[in-house]
Amino acid sequence: MINIESKTEEGICELMVGGEVDASSSIHLDNALSEALSDHKKIIVNLTGLEYISSAGLGVFMSYLQQIENESIRLVVFGMKEKVQEVFQILGLDQLLNITDTRASALGIIEDASV
Amino acid sequence: MHQFKTSCKREKLREIREFISEVLKDIGFSENEAHKVILAVDEVCANLIIHSNKCNPTECLEIYVEDNKQGVVTFDIVDYGIGFNYNNYKEPNLEEIVRKRKKGGLGIMLVKNIMDSVEFSQENNKNVCRLMKKFHVKK
Repeated sequence: MINIESKTEEGICELMVGGEVDASSSIHLDNALSEALSDHKKIIVNLTGLEYISSAGLGVFMSYLQQIENESIRLVVFGMKEKVQEVFQILGLDQLLNITDTRASALGIIEDASV
Repeated sequence: MHQFKTSCKREKLREIREFISEVLKDIGFSENEAHKVILAVDEVCANLIIHSNKCNPTECLEIYVEDNKQGVVTFDIVDYGIGFNYNNYKEPNLEEIVRKRKKGGLGIMLVKNIMDSVEFSQENNKNVCRLMKKFHVKK
């Protein structure tokens, strides 16, 4: 089961992804991320409630990296549980994404980047 | 020997993970250790359900888990679809995945990283993926 919510405050879109992202549910993450990327230049992805992610979910993030770079979109992921972060680390994907611990730090990075 | 049989639907992946989680807990895996092993089994099952069996719910998937009591657990994942030719498998390049905006190709890479051994074999119309994982036996 996957839960996704989004809200936008002061020009920053926050995507909250919780539950489990697998080959069955990753389509919802894909749709939400695609929508956020088409409407916003500053996005924070809140993974505090994420319990599980498989390659299908990792693949969703990977597939938008090029767009993020091409369109100078700022996207910061935060709040991953250790077991989830380890999955990103296995293949080194943590090096390709902007990942931080807390929401405050994610917002800091987003604002800093906009200077 | 623990076994689980299910149909080739993506929605079954969650039940598969729950089954593997219970078995690993019984065997004595720590939660952290179990998380990655569950992921590896999920990846193989997702591939078999989606690619080998085209999500056909009338096809079945069988999982057998054996603990040899000496720190090695073996997973046999059996299906009857189009066999995966592991010999032809070429590890994708991460940069290429990013450049081509591909969503797939990472699953088997994860499995190979997590498990100590990964083998695919075919016998008549039956395909078996055997995964092995060494673990620390709790005294």
